[in-house]
Amino acid sequence: MHAEAVAGIVDRVVTRYRRDPTCMVQILREVQEACDWIPPEAIDRMQTMLGVPRTKIEGVAGFYSFFYTRPRGKYRVLFSDNITDRMLGNKAMMDRLCNNLWVERGKVSEDGLVSVGKTACTGMCDQGPAMLVNNYAVAGLTAERIDKIAELIRERVPLASWPAEFFRVEDNVRRADILLGSDLKPGDALLAARARAPSDGLMASNMRSWREGLPTGLSGPISMLDEIKRANLRGRGGAGFTTALKWEACRNAPLKAGHQRIVVCNADEGEPGTFKDRVLLQKYADLVFEGMTVAAYAVGATRGFLYLRGEYRYMLDHLNAVLANRRREKLLGSDILGIPGADFDLEIHVGAGAYVCGEESALIESLEGKRGTPRNRPPFPVTNGYLDQPTIVNNVETFAAAAMIALNGGDWYASIGTKHSAGTKILSVSGDCARPGLYEYPFGVSIRQVLADCGAENTQAVQVSGPSGICVDESEFDRCIGFEDIPTAGAFTVFNNTRDMFEVARNYVHFFQHESCGFCTPCRVGTSLLKNLMDKLHNGCGSPYDFTEIEKLNQLLQAMSHCGLGHTACNPVLDTIAKFRPYYDKRMIQQDFTPAFDLDRALAAARQMTGRDDAAAHLTTESGGEA
Amino acid sequence: MSQTFIIDGKTVPFEEGETIIQAATRAGVFIPHLCYHPEFKPHGSCKLCTVKVNGRQTASCTMRAMAGMVVESETEEINAERRALTQMLFVEGNHFCPSCEQSGNCQLQATAYHLGMMSPHYDHFFPNRPVDASHPEVLLDFNRCILCSLCVRASRDVDGKNVFALSGRGIGTHLIVNAKSGQLADTNFTLADKAAQVCPVGVILKKRKGFAVPIGERKYDKAPIGAPISEPATTEGR
Repeated sequence: MHAEAVAGIVDRVVTRYRRDPTCMVQILREVQEACDWIPPEAIDRMQTMLGVPRTKIEGVAGFYSFFYTRPRGKYRVLFSDNITDRMLGNKAMMDRLCNNLWVERGKVSEDGLVSVGKTACTGMCDQGPAMLVNNYAVAGLTAERIDKIAELIRERVPLASWPAEFFRVEDNVRRADILLGSDLKPGDALLAARARAPSDGLMASNMRSWREGLPTGLSGPISMLDEIKRANLRGRGGAGFTTALKWEACRNAPLKAGHQRIVVCNADEGEPGTFKDRVLLQKYADLVFEGMTVAAYAVGATRGFLYLRGEYRYMLDHLNAVLANRRREKLLGSDILGIPGADFDLEIHVGAGAYVCGEESALIESLEGKRGTPRNRPPFPVTNGYLDQPTIVNNVETFAAAAMIALNGGDWYASIGTKHSAGTKILSVSGDCARPGLYEYPFGVSIRQVLADCGAENTQAVQVSGPSGICVDESEFDRCIGFEDIPTAGAFTVFNNTRDMFEVARNYVHFFQHESCGFCTPCRVGTSLLKNLMDKLHNGCGSPYDFTEIEKLNQLLQAMSHCGLGHTACNPVLDTIAKFRPYYDKRMIQQDFTPAFDLDRALAAARQMTGRDDAAAHLTTESGGEA
Repeated sequence: MSQTFIIDGKTVPFEEGETIIQAATRAGVFIPHLCYHPEFKPHGSCKLCTVKVNGRQTASCTMRAMAGMVVESETEEINAERRALTQMLFVEGNHFCPSCEQSGNCQLQATAYHLGMMSPHYDHFFPNRPVDASHPEVLLDFNRCILCSLCVRASRDVDGKNVFALSGRGIGTHLIVNAKSGQLADTNFTLADKAAQVCPVGVILKKRKGFAVPIGERKYDKAPIGAPISEPATTEGR
């Protein structure tokens, strides 16, 4: 592509984003969508147009997995490599595509047409194996579909002309309750919230709340906050922080001149095995946006963002259409529902392949157009969030629940679920079961019940809440989903007794290593050390000493890491060592010591270069290995 | 300065807004650190300065002092963890002290001595990090970079140049310079920059000035790191 053509593209994109460097991630994404990568000429032009140093642009571009500062082909294929994709045979699919296209895994084809690689869980666990082509999701891969895709790529058919069914994503709602069964009419929750306020001085109080966010004397918003309190709603992103406390803190945070309060919806659903937010946004977008508007009303916010993970890029047009419709219906924008001064609008920011951006302060950094590294806290986002303004960040499901609370009241909500866990939880069920998909239950449901409902048989383990959650074995199946027992962000991955739980843990460890942001020493180096240890065990070179090392690494990561990613990175290993030790023991060829160095394996590169694989090209080693 | 907190049994006064490490340093209590530098905004990434505050571990360079807090720093447990972090930094890069021009002036090396690090413990990663010798006055040896970002902060906040930045992610995080060619010679970097003075290890090296001070007579040869600090900490760095 000509430098002038590139500059033209950059000019168009940057102008549309008002030359605003805080939109860096969006600008880079759109430039790449037009150029297939981010060429140096594009960075030249962005530097001039945005008035920021080159180092800043390259620093951001280098952080996110989906940005390429080297050509990656016109078609960039990434296979989802979650454990569920592996169980469904993603490796065979990837090999098949590579063979069909004559391309080596991870590399660009010689004609520069296509690259085939791997990526973390793309949120299609109930319909895998899945892939992304130029960041558009293709699920339900079969050999037949792979062959067809290879043909389309070879014939350079533009993505827009590919068969529509390739891009179809199923909702698979298997059990609905108050959220997935909601038929909320857009605007009803807001009307209910407004109606709940004492009628005297309604208009005035709402005007003040929205415009100035004054903390006292505001019957409307305060009564909404009261409902959230009464509902005992806790965050659905995993940490379970009390929603009302967060909202109240943001509402009460002092506002500097020119600042406004911000509502952010965290749809960076990156935890492997989770896909509920995808369905909530695909099918119940109005419910989510209404919840955000309710939150804005309660905290006095005027601006909002939906941070949509890059893997869900395909939903962008649909979601923007829903937003446009809400603006037309006076449910967004100025004077919402005709209340003077009731102003709130929101925009969508698309991520670019970084799990760590699910951490709220990293997400805010990314929203500001920076590298997604978690911030030092305190201060917390509720006082110093997006561009230093008071900000709440909540999960998609939390907002959906907030909309229902606005509609039906806090007492209604608190009556669902258990004493300490009010309401329902949507579980993303995948793995070894007959009916994978979404199951919404009131809190308190047992693991056993979910397993029965989804048609799981001979189950040996369930990974609840993804790799950073907990691995439960059969003896724990009577434990319940809830903050008082097993809290979860939503992933529920089922493993039957044919699965090797060591390989499950190793897959998760590779995930954390890939997603560590690299900011702090313990996580940056520690996740790599852990990966190397697991690979060492995998290669048959493990010794009892390695278990002590894993234990020590865990302590260090727990104590010293900057954020939750590092704190939880060892969980899957510790859980599986404790509960599924035989899978580890079977890899221990000798119980005392096995050298990590395997001479035969070291010759693999030489064998590949010489094209030999005969017996004489192998050595038998004392330790055995995989020779 | 009426407020105080306690660190390792010693009462330390502090001013409103001061971090633990700032107050501790002024009171002569040494806390190991690498990415912290008193002249720059704290980064909080190396985690060497982690202390235990009321039973919870936190980086002392970003945590503000609060009246009455009880801080543990020089405990066996915390120093063992700091030692492990130091070992991680050693194996992550290519640190060959005997042949390094900064040996004796290197804060990583001095901290490792201070913490009693006797071996790298972990397997070396041996990353491939080419040097940048393009600049007439300065050599960049990325093999020793510990990603503390002091040069990034110095160039941005003091020199106003943005010569350095971090790019990449995870174990692939690396230092870049502000030039399309990726070479230091094509930036406006000079030896007079603050950024040229702050590297705690041996990445930013002055050309043709090697071994000007003989080994044995260098900064940490004379006064090991962690010895009681008598003068203000502003002279540290190299």
